[in-house]
Amino acid sequence: MFYREAGQFKTSYQSDQAVFPIFQDRVFIALWLLLAFVAVPLLANEYLFRAIFIPVIIMALAAIGLNLLVGYCGQVSLGTGAFMAVGAYAAYNFMIRADLNPLICFLLGGLSATCVGVLFGIPSLRIKGFYLAVATLALQFFTDWTFSRIDWFTNYTPSGSIAVQPVEVFGFAFDSPLKKYFLCLFVLVIFTVIAKNIVRGRIGRSWMATRDMDVAAEIIGIRPIYAKLSAFAVSSFYIGVAGALWAYIHLGSWEPLAFDINVSFSVLFMVIIGGLGSIVGGMLGAAFITLLPLLLNQLPVWLGFSMSTAMVSHLEFMIFGALIIFFLAVEPLGLARLWQLAKEKLRLWPFPH
Amino acid sequence: MGFFVEVLISGLMAGVLYSLVALGFVLIFKASGVFNFAQGAMVLFAALTFVRLLDILKDTFAPIMLSLLITIVAMVLLAMAVERMVLRPLVNQPGISLFMATLGIAYFLDGFGQTIWGSDIYTLDIGIPKESIFILESVFEGGVLVASEDLIATVVAGLLVVTLAIFFQKTRIGRALRAVADDHQAAQSIGIPLNYIWVIVWTVAGLVALVAGVIWGSKLGVQFSLSLIALKALPVLILGGFESVLGAVIGGLIIGAGEKLSEIYLGPYVGGGIEYWFAYMLALGFLMFRPQGLFGEVHIDRV
Repeated sequence: MFYREAGQFKTSYQSDQAVFPIFQDRVFIALWLLLAFVAVPLLANEYLFRAIFIPVIIMALAAIGLNLLVGYCGQVSLGTGAFMAVGAYAAYNFMIRADLNPLICFLLGGLSATCVGVLFGIPSLRIKGFYLAVATLALQFFTDWTFSRIDWFTNYTPSGSIAVQPVEVFGFAFDSPLKKYFLCLFVLVIFTVIAKNIVRGRIGRSWMATRDMDVAAEIIGIRPIYAKLSAFAVSSFYIGVAGALWAYIHLGSWEPLAFDINVSFSVLFMVIIGGLGSIVGGMLGAAFITLLPLLLNQLPVWLGFSMSTAMVSHLEFMIFGALIIFFLAVEPLGLARLWQLAKEKLRLWPFPH
Repeated sequence: MGFFVEVLISGLMAGVLYSLVALGFVLIFKASGVFNFAQGAMVLFAALTFVRLLDILKDTFAPIMLSLLITIVAMVLLAMAVERMVLRPLVNQPGISLFMATLGIAYFLDGFGQTIWGSDIYTLDIGIPKESIFILESVFEGGVLVASEDLIATVVAGLLVVTLAIFFQKTRIGRALRAVADDHQAAQSIGIPLNYIWVIVWTVAGLVALVAGVIWGSKLGVQFSLSLIALKALPVLILGGFESVLGAVIGGLIIGAGEKLSEIYLGPYVGGGIEYWFAYMLALGFLMFRPQGLFGEVHIDRV
C-alpha cells in the first residue's frame, strides 16, 4: 500500500501480538467494514443482494471453515456438501420440532455438523491424503442418500423438497434482502474474528504443525487425535452454520440434492483458488467462484453475441479446471498470496528495493 | 437360487466395468504416484470423442477403425498435454497437491469434451450384440439370464488385464515403468527418461479409459453421468489396493456384486438406493481396518 510503517514501534507484548500491528492496516480494515456495513446497504439494490452479496458471504463462511481443515490442518475433505446438508437439515428439524429461536437453530445445525464431522474425522487418525478424501466422499454419498430417502428428516414432505419457515428472531422478521444481508454479514464477521484468533493461538499452531509434519508434531507433544479432531470439529461447525444459512437465507426452499458433491468441489475450489491456509483467501475464493459464473453469463451479452447456457456451464467447468491447475502449479497460496505480494510491492514502490 | 445367481452375475458384470476404470487409476498410481481423480473424466472424454467421430465419419470406408485411430491419437495428445502442463510444473510437490490438480484436470476435461462434442446422450453402437441369453440351464431350473454385451465386456476386460500384465512384465517399456514406480530417482539415475515414461503411462491409462468408455457407452449411452459413475472406482481401489492390477479387478467384482446383492436383499428394509453409497461405506470400513486394501503393498503412510 502507499504507506510506510516507519515510526510505529511495538512497545508492549499486546501491540506485538495484535492481529493488525500496523496502524494503516487497521484503518484499511475499518474502511472495509464501513463499506460492507454502510456503503453497500445504501447503494446496492435487491438483485445485487440476492445474487451476489448474500451467496458470497455465506460461501465465504463455508470456505473459511473448509480452509481451517484443508489449509491449516492439511486434511483434505470432499464432504463439505455433506456438512452443509447436515447443518441445513438439522436446523430445519430443530426449528419445526423444537420451535426454537432460528439463530439457536443455526448454531445447533452447526453443532450437529460438528458431531458428524468428529465421527467421520476419526479415520483421519489412521489414514491421510487421498485415502481420507475417499473416506469423506463416503460421507458425502451417505448423507445425500440419508436426506433423500429417510422421510423423517424432511418431515415427510411428499416430494422430499423443503420450504423453510420465515426467519424471525424475537418478533423481528428477517424478510427483506437487506436484513438478510446484515444477518449474514454479522455472522461472517463474528466467525472470521473467531477463526483468525483460533489459528493464531495454540490450537491453530497445533493444526499447522500437524499439517507440516505429523510425526514431528507428535514428537514435540501435540496429540494428533486432539489436533485433527478439533480441526474437523471447528471446520464442520463453520460449514454446518454456513449450510443452515445457505438453506434458510439464500435458498428458502431446496431439493434433496441441493448439497451434492458439486457443492463440495466448488467449496474446495474456493479454498484452493483463494489460498490454502489463509482466512482472507477463503473470502476471496468464495467471491471469485461465485462471481465467475455470473460474469461468464453476462460476458456474451456485453460483447454482443449469444451463447447457450449449456455452453456457458461447460466453459465454466473448463475455466475452473484450468485455474485449479494454474494456481496449484504457479501460486499454491492462491489469491491471498497475490494480494500479499501486491501489498509488498506497493510498499516499496516507486523504489525497486 | 437361480435369482440369486442372476443378481450376482449382473453385479459382477457391473463390477467388471468398475474394474476397467480402476485399472486406469492403478496404472497411473503405480508409475507416477499420482492419484488420478480425472480417470472418470478421461473415460467420458474418450467415449464422447469416439462416438462423435463415429457419427462424423460414418460414410467413410471404415468408420469404426478410423474413429478409433483418431481417438487414440487424441488420448496420446491428452497424455502429452497433461505431462507438459500439469505433471512437469508440479514435480516434487506433495501427493495431495497432485491429487487436487487432477481434480482440475477432471473439471477441465468434462467441460472441454462437452464444449466441442456437445452434452446430449449419444447412443453408441459398434455391433456388440445386445440380446440376453440364458446360460447354465442344466444347473438351475430356467437357467440364468445374462446380457451378451456383459459377457463380451468381461472377455474384453480379461484380455486387457492379460495384455497389461504382459506389457508390464515382459516388455522393455514395462520394466522401465515398474522401475519408475519403485523409485523415481533411482530410475532416473540409470537413464530412464521420466517425462517420457509419464507420457506413456498416461497414454496407456487413456487407452484403458477408451475401452471402458466404449463398453459403458454402448451399455448406457455416452453421457455426462459416465464421469460420475467412474467415481465408484475409488472405493474399488481402496478395496483392492492402489498398486495392484489384480486388486483392481477383484475389488471391482466385490463392489459390483456387493452393491447389487445388498440393493436386492437389504434395500427394501431401508427404502432402497443402497447402491448409491454401499461401495463407499465398504471402502470406509476397509480404511479403518485394512488401509492397504486386499492386495496393496504395506507402505501406506500411517499416522
